[in-house]
Amino acid sequence: MERQAAYLRNALFDQGYLDEQFLQLEDLQDEANPHFVEEVVKLFYTDSVRLIQSIELTLKNTPWDFEKLDNIMHQFKGSSSSIGAKKVKKECSQFQEYCNVGNVEGCIREFQEVKQEHAALKRKLENYFQLAREAR
Amino acid sequence: MDLGVKSTPYTSSNASWKSAADAVPGRFPAGLKVLVVDDDPTCLRILEKMLKNCLYEVTTCNRAEVALNFLRDHKNGCDIVISDVHMPDMDGFKLLEHVGLEMDLPVIMMSADDSKQVVMKGVTHGACDYLIKPVRIEALKNIWQHVVRKKQHELKDKDLEHSGSVEEGDRQPKTYEDADCSHSANEGNWKNSKRRKDEEDEAEDRDDTSALKKPRVVWSVELHQQFVTAVNQLGIDKAVPKKILELMNVPGLTRENVASHLQKYRLYLRRLSGVSQHHNGLGSPFMGATDAQFVSMSSLNSVDLQALAASAHIPNHSLASIQAAALGRATSKSPIPLPLVDQRNIFNFENPKLRFGEGQNESSSKQVNLLHGVPMNMNSKQLSSLHQSALSNMNMHTHPQTSQSSSLMMQMAQLQPQLRPQNLNDIKGSRNGIEIISGPQYTSHPKPSTSADFTSQSKDFSGNKAFPLPCNSGMSGAVMKGSRAFLPNYDVLNNLNQSRNQEWRMQNAGSSFGLPQHSSIQRGLDVSSSLGESRILPANKASLSLVEGHGNTPNVSQHLNFPAYDKSLRSKAERLPGMGFQNGLLHERFGQEDLMSALLKQQQEGMVVPVETEFGYDGYQLDNLPV
Repeated sequence: MERQAAYLRNALFDQGYLDEQFLQLEDLQDEANPHFVEEVVKLFYTDSVRLIQSIELTLKNTPWDFEKLDNIMHQFKGSSSSIGAKKVKKECSQFQEYCNVGNVEGCIREFQEVKQEHAALKRKLENYFQLAREAR
Repeated sequence: MDLGVKSTPYTSSNASWKSAADAVPGRFPAGLKVLVVDDDPTCLRILEKMLKNCLYEVTTCNRAEVALNFLRDHKNGCDIVISDVHMPDMDGFKLLEHVGLEMDLPVIMMSADDSKQVVMKGVTHGACDYLIKPVRIEALKNIWQHVVRKKQHELKDKDLEHSGSVEEGDRQPKTYEDADCSHSANEGNWKNSKRRKDEEDEAEDRDDTSALKKPRVVWSVELHQQFVTAVNQLGIDKAVPKKILELMNVPGLTRENVASHLQKYRLYLRRLSGVSQHHNGLGSPFMGATDAQFVSMSSLNSVDLQALAASAHIPNHSLASIQAAALGRATSKSPIPLPLVDQRNIFNFENPKLRFGEGQNESSSKQVNLLHGVPMNMNSKQLSSLHQSALSNMNMHTHPQTSQSSSLMMQMAQLQPQLRPQNLNDIKGSRNGIEIISGPQYTSHPKPSTSADFTSQSKDFSGNKAFPLPCNSGMSGAVMKGSRAFLPNYDVLNNLNQSRNQEWRMQNAGSSFGLPQHSSIQRGLDVSSSLGESRILPANKASLSLVEGHGNTPNVSQHLNFPAYDKSLRSKAERLPGMGFQNGLLHERFGQEDLMSALLKQQQEGMVVPVETEFGYDGYQLDNLPV
């Protein structure tokens, strides 16, 4: 179990889902806060839903408010980067670039990517945390 | 707010604390009270944990207003603030300004945005550091240095005041066990501040006459006005803390409080006059103006400024009206004879205009457009609106003379941005102005074109007690600062300088002239130095908004700004002297066109690195404040 959890964790790093910021979170986990990483990730996913919904709402209104989209995505990116969500962060940056040039199609496409990466990481992390919990 | 921090060492006596610190030097910053403001709950949680791991006391907040209220309600409840830049309810920079003004605490900005403009904005607004998200714990470990540095500067100011010279660390040996050891010196500082905090935690802010303690007196607008009134009554030469204290007659205020405030005030005045901050007594020549001088100079714009300076209370609108009047006079005036030039020089922005006439104005305006583009346009609009508001609200608090000068000053301040290109193009001209301002000794002086000249001039200034525009020192200082600031615009360092000058100006303006001046001057500076510097503009806008308020509100803000900016700027200013010289030299080499091209080039090259390093944008640890 432990080995499986460790394997899964390393895979996340190797495949570029997580970056060193995740290590920072792990360093913060201690006896006083044994589930710190999991708590923070849960917090992120709860809060990011709100941001995603906000973007979707903004995308529904035409003409597009690129500035607002950029602002929301900026928040989303900051949040993602704080937990080390590498791929999500990258897609966020890409989305912002499309926003800056007013590329509507690019934004729509990129937003799908963001959501996909966001969901994929969530699944993987949930698996990992479950394994890690069982391993303890 | 859970107290997950070992606060025991701090509540015990200094000796025990120090011995504990000695025993475990690494524990020194433990217990530092940090307030974290971020609307992102994930980041907030992570930061809180990181800060707690650094043994800080953490208070978290997801809304800026709540954070401000917390700081207001708990005067000593926080040592340092960390704030996100992008927040929904209030811009992080606005919070930064408020904290700097009202509480004078070091503030660290953070954001996922690492673009140079935003970072520069943080610098211009007075942030003591800027962290890029995601924040690592290593970045937070050393944030205590900002608190210590700030305290050291404040104590240093007090020391300077006590010793009456530019001697640094004069009293530090008394205060700190080992002045040679930076660590223990820091500890000493830390100890003193902590001791002070512990003792004064619930007590009155102003107490204790011990030189070792630094009670945190909040120089409110009223208090500062009382102070300035007392200083003016005594005359800047004779304004000694003891007498000021007596005149102010504020219970609980100590001589030390007044002394340190006076020191800052003098530095502020010096900055306004474009003099090196290390020149003691610089304020004296400027403040020595007499009414007679004011009267004789009433015909000149500069006189108005002096009067305005003398009054020390220049409403925003008066400033605008002054500018309007100056504008009106500028167009109709021909080159002014030398004696008058002195006065004009003080108001750099006005002198070039007067000296060069319409043609110059046109060329300068062209340059302005070239240099500033949109910002200048905005500036002119702002200026015109300010003029209108100033003209319509001519409630001069000062006597008729000063009011007149106030209007002139305002005009002149507003003219600053426009005249900046001229200044840039004609450094000599502005320098002449500055030289002249410094007094007759400079009239025969060759036109210096380096910041070094400014320094030497400032030195002369300090020695020149017969300076004709004593009271205008505030205003002239602002003007001179403006002109000086203009020169550096074309340099990133210059921008820093300008922002600092502006900040000083804001301080000064707040203390002596009220908001209108500051805002207009600052706007001018911002515009001229903007060149993409977003930092300055926000500051100006802030001051503008304050200025365009009514009655005493702007003044209040100004006063609040004064001590806050003073301290933050002081620490920063100390790092600037080199930059200032660099700027001056840089300008020396360039002609008008060269400046512009250099400026544009610099913009392109993004010479922000030196600035950043100047401010030491490395991570600092934040104290964990219990939430």
